[in-house]
Amino acid sequence: MAILDVADLSVEFATAKGPLRAVDRVSFGLAEGEVLGIVGESGSGKTVACRSILRLLPGERARIVGGKVLFEGRDLLQLAEPSMRELRGGRIGMIFQNPSTHLDPLMTVGRQVAEPLIYHQGLSASEARKKAVELLRLVGIPDPKRNADAFPHQFSGGMRQRAMIAGAVACEPRLLIADEPTTALDVTVQAQILRLLLELRDRTGLAIILITHDLGVVAATCDNVAVMYAGRIMERAAKAELLRRPLHPYTEGLMRSRPTAAGRGRELHTIEGQLPPLGDPPGGCRFHPRCIHAQARCQTGAVALEAASITHSTACLRWREVMAPA
Amino acid sequence: MSASGIALRRRLGALSPLIYVGGGICLFWAVLALAAPWIAPYDPIAQDLAATLQPPNAAHLLGTDNFGRDVLSRIVWGTRLDLQMGVLGVLFPFIIGTTIGALSGYFGGFVDMLLMRLLDVTISFPFFVLIIAIVATLGPGLIRVYIALALVGWVSYARLIRSRFIVLKHADFVMAARSLGYRHLRIIFHHILPNAIMPAVVFCVSDAVIDIVLGSSLSYLGLGIQPPTAEWGLMIAESQTFIGTAWWIATFPGLAIVLLAVGFSLLADGIAEQLGIRD
Repeated sequence: MAILDVADLSVEFATAKGPLRAVDRVSFGLAEGEVLGIVGESGSGKTVACRSILRLLPGERARIVGGKVLFEGRDLLQLAEPSMRELRGGRIGMIFQNPSTHLDPLMTVGRQVAEPLIYHQGLSASEARKKAVELLRLVGIPDPKRNADAFPHQFSGGMRQRAMIAGAVACEPRLLIADEPTTALDVTVQAQILRLLLELRDRTGLAIILITHDLGVVAATCDNVAVMYAGRIMERAAKAELLRRPLHPYTEGLMRSRPTAAGRGRELHTIEGQLPPLGDPPGGCRFHPRCIHAQARCQTGAVALEAASITHSTACLRWREVMAPA
Repeated sequence: MSASGIALRRRLGALSPLIYVGGGICLFWAVLALAAPWIAPYDPIAQDLAATLQPPNAAHLLGTDNFGRDVLSRIVWGTRLDLQMGVLGVLFPFIIGTTIGALSGYFGGFVDMLLMRLLDVTISFPFFVLIIAIVATLGPGLIRVYIALALVGWVSYARLIRSRFIVLKHADFVMAARSLGYRHLRIIFHHILPNAIMPAVVFCVSDAVIDIVLGSSLSYLGLGIQPPTAEWGLMIAESQTFIGTAWWIATFPGLAIVLLAVGFSLLADGIAEQLGIRD
């Protein structure tokens, strides 16, 4: 059963030069226990799209201008703010890229983990603390009883991320939004944190949205993947299929740009050009100015996700011609 | 010592000597205020017309005034009032200003605009003039002085806290707190305020100096504490006529004001230095 269904979500930022559409008719969904990877470059709109699920947009200028976010059958975009607050940290948890700055520097780690329990579940301070220590143990903090009294600055980056995860899953949410949870961590810690997330998924049936720009992370963790570019979804597929046979030149370019994709001693592949300005996006397919396969109809044609198979859709207009199996 | 106690110690490092000296002076006055009945050799308002205007001597260490009241005893008892003015004088502006600054900075928009215009109006008057005007309107008395201070003094705190809130409301940990579904008020007072309040705390220690001097000045002008109560500013006011003939009546209360003010100032500087806060 789908736990989350995002349909045609659009988000705009008000700027002096008029509205800037950071997320354009984005649709994705995920089922219980599923890990969905959202991949894209910085500025592709993946973070904004995911924060819209919790209606936590940065600043007053950002506005959700269309679409639906169905969570457990309810449209979150229609929900009153108090019900929304109950969901945040209750049914839906969120963890962030930089655990050093996302923890309150003046509050002990134990209290930060205990706070959602007191707030959402009405636990007493001592019960919440007991459970917080348990949670810290669960996420792999050594000596959790003592470390519950530590301040974030006394923790290493990996431990801080573990603490943040403990706080986010304290109230046993059904959905966890992980916004580049491992980007600020070194590679060995990265693997540990991803393993921890998968363990939590296995134990509780938690659905996870994993925002990342690292295809290696996707390969290691996700069930399904959505690739975003300039505010739109370019391709959506089961992970294995996407990695085996991408159906969008952008995805292919991303995969070829990985350091491991180039042979030893060979120059790294790059996608020429830059993200288009969101205030003035190119017509047709937004990727066409950088696409090696671009033709006249790519500049004007109406673009929509087209299903190539049950588990694979692409927004490339020419995928049949250019992405055919070699 | 608990784990967090050790952590706090490590975070603060060795305490600045300014804190020891300033804190020591403040502690000295606090003890004097608390123990006034046992320390003061005489009743502060008891007149002894047989022993008026005596210079410092063995019976009256700091001399007597024109009514034969013991200057030392009056200074010791006066500590209670002057210290109270320092503490209560900043307490109400601190609470009001912090709350207004926090709400204004966090919510922004119309609320901010309204509160900041109110602030602009308040600071457009000279501080002392406005205080004197309010006290003169309300009538003399210590409570009225506190009311006037609360009405005028909040602006500095509001500005300090507001500017910190404007920065901190976009901080990552505030976003994280919002993602956990906390109410605005909880985020404001539980998460942002502890991170924003230190400059205001430092300011409030140095503000206490101004309030002590202000309280004494108002008493001097006859708008604050009324005779025959022992208060330093009032003592100086009453001794004016004798300043040429009996220097001790005005000098010692004056020195007391200076020493208390220096104590608070050093303490404020020490805390600021400790926390790495400038200005």
